Amino acid sequence: MNETSTAPVGARRRGRLSGIGRVLVAVYGVLALAATGRSLVQIVEKFDEAPVAYALSALAAVVYILATVALVMPGRTWYRIAWATILFEFTGVVVVGLLSIVRPDLFPHDTVWSWFGRGYLFIPLVLPPLGMWWLARHPVQDAAADVRGEGARTAVDAEGRA
Amino acid sequence: MIEWFAYAQVGIAVVAGLLCIVLGLAGRVPNDLVLGSLALVEVLLIGQVVVALVAPAVGNPPTGSLLEFWVYLVSAVLLPPAAALWALIDRGRWATVVCGVGALAVAVMVYRMLQIWTVQQA
Repeated sequence: MNETSTAPVGARRRGRLSGIGRVLVAVYGVLALAATGRSLVQIVEKFDEAPVAYALSALAAVVYILATVALVMPGRTWYRIAWATILFEFTGVVVVGLLSIVRPDLFPHDTVWSWFGRGYLFIPLVLPPLGMWWLARHPVQDAAADVRGEGARTAVDAEGRA
Repeated sequence: MIEWFAYAQVGIAVVAGLLCIVLGLAGRVPNDLVLGSLALVEVLLIGQVVVALVAPAVGNPPTGSLLEFWVYLVSAVLLPPAAALWALIDRGRWATVVCGVGALAVAVMVYRMLQIWTVQQA
């Protein structure tokens, strides 16, 4: 627990949870909640009608939850998971969004990504680029960042207040 | 669901949300006004829970899925306390913005609940 890293405190500073990044996490959290709730309802009530669309909704919901967690958690591994999940979301909303317009017969039932997330105020389309921009601006600089030390957390707190 | 009550609730949640976002962007940390507006949004949601429990029994049944309606309502009820908790722990200007985002999300969810109750065909 009290094992100190040899890396300087500065290298362990990660601003990922500072400032407006917290708003990003909050919006991701709300979207994850909404997508999970809706996909649960779809699966419970009418999974048989469109297994593919509703399974896709459920998968998207899980990925949103994972992305929210990955944005919050420190360390290099979570940073990669954050990138992977956000890229997956962006691909999903672009591909499914396009397909739902070009080939509506493929997606007769709503998914979170249909019409580029129209049912969710287009938040699924806007959020991934914001998330990628945020991640790109706050890279994990040192492997020592994997150590979840008090120092790192204090630094993040102090930054958030600035 | 009572239509005017739902619209009033959406209106108040939008005002509360915009107020918190403006205050947050102006650099205010969560204060009584921010938490008070969230509390108002929450009280109205609890009122909505009561309405939703009573309405079907007095000849005002939902046209859409009751399960979907309740998933939205329960999620919405959880949002203001979560945002307030965030504000109490964080105490930064962005926590105020988070409170605003929470209130706006409630507004969207209540509007969606109204759609489920009134216009959606089961």
